[in-house]
Amino acid sequence: MTDTGIGARVRRKEDKRFITGHGNYTDDINLARQTYAYFLRSPHAHATINSIDTAEAAKAPGVLGIFTGDDLAADSIGGLICGWLIHSKDGSPMNAGGHPALAQGKVRYVGNEVAVIVAETHAQAKSAAELVDVDYSVHDAAVDTGSAQASGAPQVHEEAPNNTVYEFGLGDEAATNAAFEGAAHVTELDIVNNRLIPNAMEPRAAIGAFDQGTDAYTLYTTSQNPHVARLVLSAFIGVAPEHKLRVVAPDVGGGFGSKIFIYAEETVCVWASKKIGRPIKWVAERSESFQCDAHGRDHVTNAKMALDKDGTMLGLRVKTIANMGAYLSTFSSAVPTYLYTTLLSGQYNIPAIYAEVDAVFTNTAPVDAYRGAGRPEACYVIERIVETAAREMGLDPADLRRKNFVTEFPHVTPVIMTYDAGDYHASIDKACEMIDYSGFGKRKAASEAAGKLRGLGFSAYIEACGIAPSAAVGSLGAGVGLWESAEVRVNPTGNVEVLTGSHSHGQGHETTFAQLVSDKLGIPVDQVEIVHGDTDKVQFGMGTYGSRSGAVGMSAVYQACDKVVAKAQKVAAHVMEAAEGDIEFKDGSFSVAGTDKSMAFGEVALTAYVAHNIPEGMEPGLKEGAFFDPSNFTFPAGCHICEVEVDPDTGVTQVVDWVAVDDFGTVINPMIVEGQVHGGIAQGVGQALTEGAVYDTESGQLLTGSYMDYCMPRAVDLPELRLAFTETTCPSNPLGIKGCGEAGAIAAPAALMNAVTDALGVADMPMPASPQNVWAALQGAKQAAE
Amino acid sequence: MYEFTYHRPATVDEAIALLKSADDGKLLAGGHTLLPTMKQRLASPSDLIDLGGALATGIDVSNGCVTIGAGTCHADVATSSDVANAIPALAKLASMIGDPHVRNKGTIGGSIANNDPAADYPAACLGLGATIVTSAREIEADDFFTGMFDTALGDDEVITSVRFPVPAKAGYSKFPNPASRYAMVGVFVSSAKGGIRVAVTGAGPCVFRQGDMEAALEGDFASSAIAGVTQADGDLNSDIHASAEYRAHLVGVMARRAVDQATG
Ligand SMILES: Cc1cc2nc3c(=O)[nH]c(=O)nc-3n(C[C@H](O)[C@H](O)[C@H](O)COP(=O)(O)OP(=O)(O)OC[C@H]3O[C@@H](n4cnc5c(N)ncnc54)[C@H](O)[C@@H]3O)c2cc1C
Repeated sequence: MTDTGIGARVRRKEDKRFITGHGNYTDDINLARQTYAYFLRSPHAHATINSIDTAEAAKAPGVLGIFTGDDLAADSIGGLICGWLIHSKDGSPMNAGGHPALAQGKVRYVGNEVAVIVAETHAQAKSAAELVDVDYSVHDAAVDTGSAQASGAPQVHEEAPNNTVYEFGLGDEAATNAAFEGAAHVTELDIVNNRLIPNAMEPRAAIGAFDQGTDAYTLYTTSQNPHVARLVLSAFIGVAPEHKLRVVAPDVGGGFGSKIFIYAEETVCVWASKKIGRPIKWVAERSESFQCDAHGRDHVTNAKMALDKDGTMLGLRVKTIANMGAYLSTFSSAVPTYLYTTLLSGQYNIPAIYAEVDAVFTNTAPVDAYRGAGRPEACYVIERIVETAAREMGLDPADLRRKNFVTEFPHVTPVIMTYDAGDYHASIDKACEMIDYSGFGKRKAASEAAGKLRGLGFSAYIEACGIAPSAAVGSLGAGVGLWESAEVRVNPTGNVEVLTGSHSHGQGHETTFAQLVSDKLGIPVDQVEIVHGDTDKVQFGMGTYGSRSGAVGMSAVYQACDKVVAKAQKVAAHVMEAAEGDIEFKDGSFSVAGTDKSMAFGEVALTAYVAHNIPEGMEPGLKEGAFFDPSNFTFPAGCHICEVEVDPDTGVTQVVDWVAVDDFGTVINPMIVEGQVHGGIAQGVGQALTEGAVYDTESGQLLTGSYMDYCMPRAVDLPELRLAFTETTCPSNPLGIKGCGEAGAIAAPAALMNAVTDALGVADMPMPASPQNVWAALQGAKQAAE
Repeated sequence: MYEFTYHRPATVDEAIALLKSADDGKLLAGGHTLLPTMKQRLASPSDLIDLGGALATGIDVSNGCVTIGAGTCHADVATSSDVANAIPALAKLASMIGDPHVRNKGTIGGSIANNDPAADYPAACLGLGATIVTSAREIEADDFFTGMFDTALGDDEVITSVRFPVPAKAGYSKFPNPASRYAMVGVFVSSAKGGIRVAVTGAGPCVFRQGDMEAALEGDFASSAIAGVTQADGDLNSDIHASAEYRAHLVGVMARRAVDQATG
């Protein structure tokens, strides 16, 4: 028996190299004869490019080549793609518009790539960029989400009239209308889900290298899914055939979604490396990260909930405008549709739901999946409106939730999800107990005596993770299947290499995946090596996002381990001259039932490779692969409660307590899962308390383009986070895992804003609850009272 | 960053000579304002004259004054027991500048010469009635801070030290910008033989004295005395973090808290 199996608090194996500075990130890699790329970017939000004169720049010291959109077109390099086709309510396909890796004819947001300058050094490339003369005709910009579709608004793409990408609908409109007709109470909210900038600690980076000897390309890049990057670069963009392109995503310092996507910069570096005949490196400066990493959220929503007189929910109607930015990024179209509207039922039994989403183009950076992707927006809508309904009807917000919880599983919602397992009463009860809900009145009075306003807010969240059953997502427009692969290679000496299509960029897979193997094969974690992130080493895989690596990635490893054990069992039976059915495998040892004969796992492995004495007809070796395709999404859920204190003199909000009770199904490593929850809550608190991307609505300039203006949450913004787990097993994968990577970011904003609005006694206020916004809300409330 | 020629003179006089002979020379102290600007290619001096070897560092308390060498970093002021004994509010102010990296590199001379509208030290200088000592003369704080990023310093003039008279009471209350942690509004108050001073930074285009509050505190140095004094918002800064109206409100709150601190 190992003490490093499922459920053990094993310290992260990868931390030694990260903490001691021995990580190997893309920028740590330097190839012989490497050159440097600098991207000249548009200073305008919306302009026509009349001409680009590179003659002076080409003569600048160190310059090796300058390329523009014309050069891409001449080489028939295709545009960047959006891999999920959404259809509008009327059945028409979405209006995508082209997305060349270097602008062709027009620029559509500040930071849009116009040309690349390749030089001997980064400084030389950057200096030469100043000599490129671009003649622009500047147009008015469409910036604001809510008014992008207004008549007369500047048009971002000809292909998308009124800047409308699609008009999506989900649910039963007639049934929902009927539910509202009979309702005793209707609660209505206009809410905005603020735009966020991802801010991974490691900026994006790429090195493209062409090998003339083999006619093959290598791309080192900061990717959450190197195989998907290779597939897109070869099959769609056409940089190189798939077998002539190797993509390596080495250590990656945080992604949060922003490194799923296939961007212009890596495309250009790999393509141009052949033209230059030398490797090309690009590393984003932080200001480029702010401008050009795909942003997140940015919804404007009207929501209405119908209830009967005692608080039973009857119907929900939601209309959202979702900002896609200037181009459709890789998965952007799916985020405000199938990752958002499908979760609007929350934890509740709502008989009728109808949701409409208009996706709009604007002259801003592309918007795509960011930790939680659509589900934080859904949670925000449902949990804010439930809390508001309780306040309006004078009901206890916990009781109103309890009254409407789904309690029987499977439960099919009106928005196409089938919840498979959960116990929502258990998590809210536990959370109420932990925060001492009944003692809140006393704490509020104590705060008041100290001149502070205290508020409490719930968020009973649910999410759909373990993305995703391939056939199901295929039927909804996904361009790929979302299974995962694994190969378990047992070495002759009995230690194990696991090749996984998942990718770790902070999650700790090298530890948790090893724990699974430790548990399955009965060997210690230090005998297990996790290999990921290199298309030359690992079989095709789909990568890491959507809290899928545990539920989907590990399930593939689980199946491969089963196959390894099955074969090893045959070998053991043969060697010990027993019937296969009499062999028991336990704690890393094969034994013959009822005898003292046994073989250690390593002995069996060696036997399989030496192959002198294996069953007739059996192939030598011990190596098995598996592809796992889940039968359903997974549904992590839980209840977060937070308490805040607001200083009415300054508008400063302090989060004073936070409890989170999460049901993630099986937990492989509680320490790592707690870390994921901590990080998720911190990001959710960031959204609700401090963060927000702001563009100038006239010029389209990004006003929050550095840490001087974009406010990341700091340690002082968070209280001690108090966590607990409840557990219902997920039936759609063999491990019973639901996933934990996004929960905190999904749950937190609603909890925090419910608490802030409770403290202030206002119906709503915009995120973030910055001092200025809170103070303004207080002033508004004061004026309304007068 | 563009190319430049680096110099490290041993004396202030040498520094001035280098400055005079350079095409477009710039003095470098802690570099925590200048270097980021150069990295962003917003400044491109031909010559960088590093004052590190030339400027006095250190703190002297004598004759009722705290004198701080222009090259003294914020951390040294923040942790000086001499400063903490003489003018605790000044040590506290220095401890609230930036983060440990900034405090261990940034200097008082650089901060004052730069006169960022959101910097902290200008509030202390104006709020205590300091004297700015330069290579050429002595300048009263009241005359020194002339406008946004603008001072009374001549082209080839170097700040060598700052002299703060020790007041009877002083307090500094800072409302940090949520993102940058510079002062969104900072108010420094003092009560001394020479009178009452209330200096406001962060709120306007340049640090300024709040005359109405000074008058109200003259007879009664207590926060209750300024409870009814409002700050007009007409000339105040307005940005994504704080409207002029909100800043004006915060001037009142921070002033009262500074007085409470001074009298507490
Ligand atoms: C992340 C960050 C956070 C910060 N937070 C704060 C904050 O909260 N509050 C705050 O007040 N400041 C803050 N600062 C600014 C910091 O205090 C700077 O160090 C200071 O403003 C400039 O001092 P310096 O010594 O670094 O000057 P430098 O950057 O070297 O020089 C600044 C300017 O002053 C000139 N100069 C320098 N010394 C002299 C001299 N002796 N005589 C004449 N001219 C001179 C230079 O030529 C240059 O123009 C922050 C800075 C950073 C990078």
